[in-house]
Amino acid sequence: MTDKPRVAVVTFPGSNDDHDAAWALGAVGADPVAAWHQDAELPAGTGGVVLPGGFSYGDYLRTGAIASVAPVMDAVRAFAAAGGPVLGICNGFQTLCEARLLPGVLRPNRQLEFVCEDVTVRVENADAPFLSRCSPGQELVIPVKHGEGAWYADQWTFVQLAARGQIVLRYADDVNGALGNVAGVVNQARNVMGLMPHPEHAVDPLLGSGDGGLLLAALVDTAAAFRATLAVA
Amino acid sequence: MKAVVMVRPKEGILDPQGDAVRHSLRKLGFEVSGTRVGRLIDLELTADDPADAEAQVERMCSELLANPLIESYEILLEDP
Repeated sequence: MTDKPRVAVVTFPGSNDDHDAAWALGAVGADPVAAWHQDAELPAGTGGVVLPGGFSYGDYLRTGAIASVAPVMDAVRAFAAAGGPVLGICNGFQTLCEARLLPGVLRPNRQLEFVCEDVTVRVENADAPFLSRCSPGQELVIPVKHGEGAWYADQWTFVQLAARGQIVLRYADDVNGALGNVAGVVNQARNVMGLMPHPEHAVDPLLGSGDGGLLLAALVDTAAAFRATLAVA
Repeated sequence: MKAVVMVRPKEGILDPQGDAVRHSLRKLGFEVSGTRVGRLIDLELTADDPADAEAQVERMCSELLANPLIESYEILLEDP
C-alpha cells in the first residue's frame, strides 16, 4: 500500500470510462483502486470514490437508475453519509441523482443529439472541496459526451440550490438544454458532486486541456484529508 | 396477479422524444398536434391480494420504476 490517497473507481456493467478515470487519478497523485458493482464494501482504506462515465446496465429504464440500486451503492451511500468525498462523472452523475444523493435528474438532451465536444464551463461557486483548486468565475475547458445530460429540477429546488451555492458549474453556452445551463452540482453537505463533463479526459494540455485535472486533484486532496480525519478518530 | 405500470413524462416536462416522433408522423402526412412517449412495464406478481399487490407496485414505482421529478405513473391491476 502506498501513502498516496486511495480513490475507489466503481465499475458497473457498461461503465466505459473507469480505466480512464483510474489513469487520470493516478496522474494527479492518487492510488486508484477498482471497485465492482456487486461489492458490498469499498476497498480498505478508500478515501474517495469516483462513479465513472459510461452506460451502466445499458441505460435501461433511465440512465443511472439500475446502477443507483446496485449493491455497491449501499457502501457508497454510507461512505457519503460519513463525509467521504464522492464524485460522479457523466453516467456517475446520473447515478447519484437517481440514488438521490444529488438533487435533480439528467434528461435526454433537448436537441435529441449526442453531444461530443470540448465545452467551457464556469466555476459558479468554488466553496466545495472538489473546487478548492479553482476560483469563482474561472472558466474550464472540459469535454462532454452524452445523450442524456440536460439537468433538471423543479423551479423551487433550483432556486434553493442556487441560493445555497450548490450549483457549482455552469456551461458558458447552452449545450444540452440543461436548466440554468447547469453542468455540475454538489449536495448540501458539499462532499458529493456530480458533473456531466469528463475531467478525466482533460488532465493533460497535450490532449487539449488540463483543466479537468484541477477537479480530480482537488478530489485527491480531499480524499487524503478525509482519511486523515478517520485516522484521528 | 398481473399489473401494468404506465410511466409518462409529467405534464409540462419537455419530451424531446415525443417531439421527434410527432415530427416524423407529420412527415408521413399524419396530423398530430401532440405526442408524448412513455414506457409500459408488465409485471407478474406473486401476491394474490389486490391491496397487497397494489401497495407493492406503488413502492416499486417510487423506488425504481419512475422518477417522480419528471415522470408520473399509473398502475393497472389485472385480476387473474
